[in-house]
Amino acid sequence: MDRARREVSGTKEPGAASHDAAPVPGPGRTSGQGESGRATAVRLALMAVPLAFFGLFFAYPVTAIVGRGLKTDTGWQFGRFGEVLARPDIADVLWFTTWQALASTVLTLLIALPGAYVFARFEFPGKQLLRAVVTVPFVLPTVVVGTAFLALLGRGGLLDERAGVRLDTTVWAILLAHVFFNYAVIVRTVGGLWAQLDPRQEEAARVLGAGRFAAWRRVTLPALAPAVAAASLMVFLFTFSSFGVVLILGGPAYSTLEVEVYRQTAQLLDLSTAAVLTMVQFAAIGAILALHAWTVRRRETALHLVDPGRTTHRPRGWAQRTLLGAVLLTIGLLIVAPLAVLVERSFDAPGGYGLGFYRALQDAGTGGGTFLVPPVEAIWNSLQYALAATAIALLIGGLAAAALTRRGGRFVRGFDAMLMLPLGVSAVTVGFGFLITLDEPPLDLRTSWILVPLAQALVGVPFVVRTMLPVLRAVDGRLREAAAVLGASPLRAWREVDLPLVRRALLIAAGFAFAVSLGEFGATVFIARPDRPTLPVAVARLLGRAGELNYGQAMALSTILMLVCAVSLLLLERLRPDKTSGEF
Amino acid sequence: MTLLQLEGVSVRFGERAVVDSVDLAVAEHETVCVLGPSGSGKSTLLRVVAGLQQVSGGRVLLDGADQAAVPVHRRGVGLMFQDHQLFPHRDVGANVSFGLRMRGGGRGAVLGARRGSYADRVAELLELVGLPGAQGRAVASLSGGEQQRVALARALAPSPRLLMLDEPLGQLDRGLRERLVVELRGLFSRLGTTVLAVTHDQGEAFALADRVVVMRDGRIAQAGTPLEVWQRPASEFVARFLGFENVVPATVAGPVAATAWGRVPVPAGSPEGEQRLLVRPAGVVLCETGLPCEVVSRTFRGTHVALLLRPENGPVLEAECGLAGAPAVGEKVAVTFSPAEVVVLPPQA
Repeated sequence: MDRARREVSGTKEPGAASHDAAPVPGPGRTSGQGESGRATAVRLALMAVPLAFFGLFFAYPVTAIVGRGLKTDTGWQFGRFGEVLARPDIADVLWFTTWQALASTVLTLLIALPGAYVFARFEFPGKQLLRAVVTVPFVLPTVVVGTAFLALLGRGGLLDERAGVRLDTTVWAILLAHVFFNYAVIVRTVGGLWAQLDPRQEEAARVLGAGRFAAWRRVTLPALAPAVAAASLMVFLFTFSSFGVVLILGGPAYSTLEVEVYRQTAQLLDLSTAAVLTMVQFAAIGAILALHAWTVRRRETALHLVDPGRTTHRPRGWAQRTLLGAVLLTIGLLIVAPLAVLVERSFDAPGGYGLGFYRALQDAGTGGGTFLVPPVEAIWNSLQYALAATAIALLIGGLAAAALTRRGGRFVRGFDAMLMLPLGVSAVTVGFGFLITLDEPPLDLRTSWILVPLAQALVGVPFVVRTMLPVLRAVDGRLREAAAVLGASPLRAWREVDLPLVRRALLIAAGFAFAVSLGEFGATVFIARPDRPTLPVAVARLLGRAGELNYGQAMALSTILMLVCAVSLLLLERLRPDKTSGEF
Repeated sequence: MTLLQLEGVSVRFGERAVVDSVDLAVAEHETVCVLGPSGSGKSTLLRVVAGLQQVSGGRVLLDGADQAAVPVHRRGVGLMFQDHQLFPHRDVGANVSFGLRMRGGGRGAVLGARRGSYADRVAELLELVGLPGAQGRAVASLSGGEQQRVALARALAPSPRLLMLDEPLGQLDRGLRERLVVELRGLFSRLGTTVLAVTHDQGEAFALADRVVVMRDGRIAQAGTPLEVWQRPASEFVARFLGFENVVPATVAGPVAATAWGRVPVPAGSPEGEQRLLVRPAGVVLCETGLPCEVVSRTFRGTHVALLLRPENGPVLEAECGLAGAPAVGEKVAVTFSPAEVVVLPPQA
């Protein structure tokens, strides 16, 4: 049969050559070689702003604080590396950090992949609400999650009462809390792409004789692989640098690098050990990112995306119903239960169930001088900061993703990896770094409100890039060509073709950026002004104080934070374009 | 007047020349069809003209102006992609008006007035391609043939000075294809459009084109009117590509050629010596005495019956005969050759 016809009837890869049988891609189609000077100039222009942003608000503060730890009057003290790493307690920390991150990632994948499938392919009542619900944990302050799991699995907790089982002294509590946190990462990143994969691809494989599982493994899995790799990497990064959860559930027995950095910095004031550990974490993250970039580069292909509205259906048959039931049960036990305990406690006031803790939030004085302003003002602060941070993250991340759409050489891949670094570098270090560097002209931002959104946006950018990039890259290049032939300049073609096609991804990215900004704690706690606390900071301050009223207020404030997140996310889900219009 | 002129255009992917010093001219209002098998570089040629593919050598001139420095979106040509590439996020009307909006300049002034004129033009074009009132339909709801028509309307809308079609009818079923070829030909002559199309289907090319260009391995193997190419294939490659299988080595001397099939008469003035000989099926005539053959197969072709014959000597022969009195499979027949259907081809390189 003729090749042209085979291209059409067989698996269609829009990125594949449209000119006749050209195994070697022509210039301007793919990688850096042969890229025209104009394209390179455009790419560099797009990269300039993100580069400046990262240099100023990431590289500079982090280098400064590491410098302060390792540099003395007699020069750099690189000998400290050997001394610190030789300590058996530090070796234990390294080993635990690594294996718990691996175990958490594998466990999250096992539990969340069926969920991603259910959200991508099934239509069931309350789906949008549930999608928002599973995302809520992701934005909760780690301290609150730790406490919620303690209430669920710890001494006197729900499991202890009912079954006499306590998990708070085991590593299982940490692993489960990590799954709780990262369930949404898999569901949203993998599920988002999965929903747009054409089911007919699998059907084609089935017709060619592949069994149900073989079709999934050979057709769907390879298409999902970049998304799974990207999501797994995120989970690994989060759990590798896990802080609040391990601090509370791990006790003295378990400590990750990030917790150790915090201890050395804030409790022992041993800046040089902290600097060494920061560098070790940095190196480890760099290695993981390099590995990730390598896997993704080998697997990413242009996909044929379809309208997700057309790929979903009501579950059919007992197997699909059972799967849906199992996923709903998992969500109920793993995600709803801890959140329910949290809400229950916020109403469990001394005089019986009521709004006592919530009323107390309107009063600055009740915390015994904990606050200069009523805690309730933290809600407004948090929303303003998070909105500003989202705008910054979308701008920086959007420019970066646009620059990265066309694959490039080593320099471009390095730029790609750099964007991920804020996820791996200790937030504590970043926050502390902001304090000691951005305090003198021309960059005296100590008293500026923008300081907090800047730090929060730093964590949001990787999400924006990771969400946008796969979709941007999957846009069929020939659609751009069609627009160009019809008279659209490259910028116009981007606006008319790419932008509408990735609008959904853009919204998801905005949701992620908003959510992580809202929940950011490690850096914000260092730089938020005492009279303008954010919600997580206020919760932590309340938790740090003894007394039932403070604890209850923390629970009430956490519940509010949870609701704010849920409402914002629900709005985002609603913002999606109408399914019937055939838009993505 | 020449609208499009290619001068020694080459495209190399690494070591391989996909297009190899091609010279081609397309006159205004002319329909030229580039015909060739997969991998002959014909689609790449279109991409070169559109500016989507940079050349490794040579020049592209439109209206006499070198296009080297002109970006894709300013060339004012239309390209209908092989698989249409309709914008999935826009409805039919927005797809068709896309080029008009782009040519109409930026977002700014007199949006309202312009939008109105777009609507008229879109309606006119959809009428033209036989899809009146389809403006509001989603692209995903269109059948293959309808997509084809929308793609054509979209390409025609901005009135490009040159319309290029990449396998314009490649994906359609046969009946639709034959009907559309006639429609397109009528449409193009009515509009006076200059067309450069590529296809691998000779029937399509011959039906559509004023001039046919046969390509092989990035080079032009033959150019001429459909009749010229059909009657006088310039090489064994072109002959075989057109579907002729009766090609044998021959020694031409005067009015006859010595072949494996015996002596075959050739047209007057044919080159002498070692040559290749093509006998079109119509030139293989069944008769009482001649080269004895056995009928291997018999295929009904509507207006005639195609026979495959195994002669006593030499390779199998394709022949044609009338519907009445066609021999059965296994029957013994004899054939002679009619010089009008014999073509002497240059010896193979």
